[in-house]
Amino acid sequence: MEENRRVCDAAWYRTAYEKMVRIRDFETKAAECFTRSELAGNIHLYMGQEASGVGTCMALRKTDYITSTHRGHGHCLAKGARSDLAMAELFGKESGYCKGRGGSMHIVDVDVGILGANGIVGAGIPLATGSALASKMKGDGAVTVAFFGDGAANQGTFHEAINMAATWKLPVVYLLENNCYGVSTEIHRVTNTETLAVRAVAYGIPGVTVDGTDVEAVYHAVSEAVERARSGEGPSIVETQVYRYQGHYCGDPAVYRPKEYLIEGKAKDPIQKARARLLELGVSEAELDKIDQDMAAEIEAAYEFAKSAPAPDPAEVTKYMYVSDNERSVLR
Amino acid sequence: MKITVSKAIGQALHEEMVRDPNVFIIGEDMGVMGNVFAITKGFRDEFGADRVIDTPISESGFTGIAVGAAMRGMRPVVEWMYDDFITVCLDPVMNQAAKLRYMTGGQVKIPIVFRAPMGAGRRNAGQHSQCLEALFTHIPGLKVVCPSTAADAKGLLKAAIRDDDPVVFLEHKLLYARKEEIPDGEYIIPLGKADVKRPGKDVTILTWSRQVYFALEAAETLAAEGIDAEVVDLRTLVPLDWETVSASIRKTHNVVVVEEGVKRGGVGAELSAQITEDLFDELDAPVGRVAGLNVVSPFSPVLEDAEFPHPADIVAGVKKTLGR
Repeated sequence: MEENRRVCDAAWYRTAYEKMVRIRDFETKAAECFTRSELAGNIHLYMGQEASGVGTCMALRKTDYITSTHRGHGHCLAKGARSDLAMAELFGKESGYCKGRGGSMHIVDVDVGILGANGIVGAGIPLATGSALASKMKGDGAVTVAFFGDGAANQGTFHEAINMAATWKLPVVYLLENNCYGVSTEIHRVTNTETLAVRAVAYGIPGVTVDGTDVEAVYHAVSEAVERARSGEGPSIVETQVYRYQGHYCGDPAVYRPKEYLIEGKAKDPIQKARARLLELGVSEAELDKIDQDMAAEIEAAYEFAKSAPAPDPAEVTKYMYVSDNERSVLR
Repeated sequence: MKITVSKAIGQALHEEMVRDPNVFIIGEDMGVMGNVFAITKGFRDEFGADRVIDTPISESGFTGIAVGAAMRGMRPVVEWMYDDFITVCLDPVMNQAAKLRYMTGGQVKIPIVFRAPMGAGRRNAGQHSQCLEALFTHIPGLKVVCPSTAADAKGLLKAAIRDDDPVVFLEHKLLYARKEEIPDGEYIIPLGKADVKRPGKDVTILTWSRQVYFALEAAETLAAEGIDAEVVDLRTLVPLDWETVSASIRKTHNVVVVEEGVKRGGVGAELSAQITEDLFDELDAPVGRVAGLNVVSPFSPVLEDAEFPHPADIVAGVKKTLGR
């Protein structure tokens, strides 16, 4: 379907390309830093899935909302998060988005509609649905997108929240990124249908499966779902078929999957695809190289900012627990 | 005016819904049916189905949805039909509502109230009878309120709804039908303020919820035997009114914590530890605890009554602490 709907122009593609390269470079830099032990904890990388997040967020307004996942850097950057503040959060710095209290799995920027990445698989689905309920009550016209993976689709929250959203016609889009692996478990070992979007039938809502390596295909599918949500007709499920280039976490050798998975994924690389389309649309190699250089410079600056930013003050470890009566509430 | 505890709770919800259009209630059988304890009867007709939301039996889903709405500035009041059902919806409470403000570096507030009936005595067996306040007090980020009187239930619930933090509001089922005097007109009872129900000089009884009445009954029995007990209704477990607690203990030098929930890992265990740490020199005897047994709440009335404390158990507990 998406093949005969090539309507996005060069300007649109240029923006999409820039956003995808920003994410790829951010993740590459984060992986480098993690491998060098500059980052504490753990990170889950979005490389390979960029078209899904970017195509989706390009169908949204700044005033729309998203919830994200443990693999959330890409979603947040696609929705408009700043790479320097995001990187500073990965470094656990006070200048990070969450002042170092959240870390890689919890980037939030409410001002651009990012209600948060989340460390609990499937937890964002009801939160996004609640955001949509709030929009319906306020009549603010905003749409909320819940990003989640194939793993989360098998949590009870998926069924419970989508059932309610469908019944109450809430302005929400369920964006299911199917990279075929929940940590190490291949989706068809634990699920009896070929695609996951077929479940939409059970809720009486539309469900589509699209090539998640094709940023324009994702954009069109999500645009349709967003329009439906905004006009009060209720939610949809959009399943994007994507490839997770890395293992579950940075450093996971992913021995549990066949090598064909990665070969296939790299052959469909979303950034290379968009670049090819841009050349077709008459944009020059030089112009694309310039975007690459600009993004590399931005991420390098983000890294420098994050590295040199001040750490949180240990004396403020209890700050932000409670809005009121914080001292008493954390003391006893 | 005398009204029941359930009516007082209904009044608090009603007044806050009239006052603030962002307040809405969500849960099972609250709308058309008006809640299993008739607390929200008539609300759906008055406020509409959009603000009195009947959900499917999906506690995890609707609790999470309410948390998401709270992140966006709404002030949901969630009702779980029984506090026992927390087992199927703990994630949105413990990992989301309680943590999101901190984990976002203060970017969001979660102004939400989780209401639930709790407690034994209705012969409902092990999955509909628990007092789980100790579970909630263990979770940083939550405030925990356990009212005992109609007046407190109303004033504290209004405070909880206006509070910008997540509040777990536990209502003892056996108190719903109690008819009591409440103040006229609008009033608020701030969270974190205990109430000295009965002043005394020999021993402090720290308690909350239904056990307040049992403690007061025990105090009368003790008085007849020459023991003057001070009964402190904590009302709010987080934040805790340490000022009132410590002032009472500095006066009586003896303390017994009375709770309906199970003893092991209970709120009494925590209070006992804090008192021992901070007020050891004030104590004439080790902190006493009178609590539920470490067993499942049984169905058979004779067994159920043996599981949680009654006034005679409190009398015995106080005497033991006093060596009398």
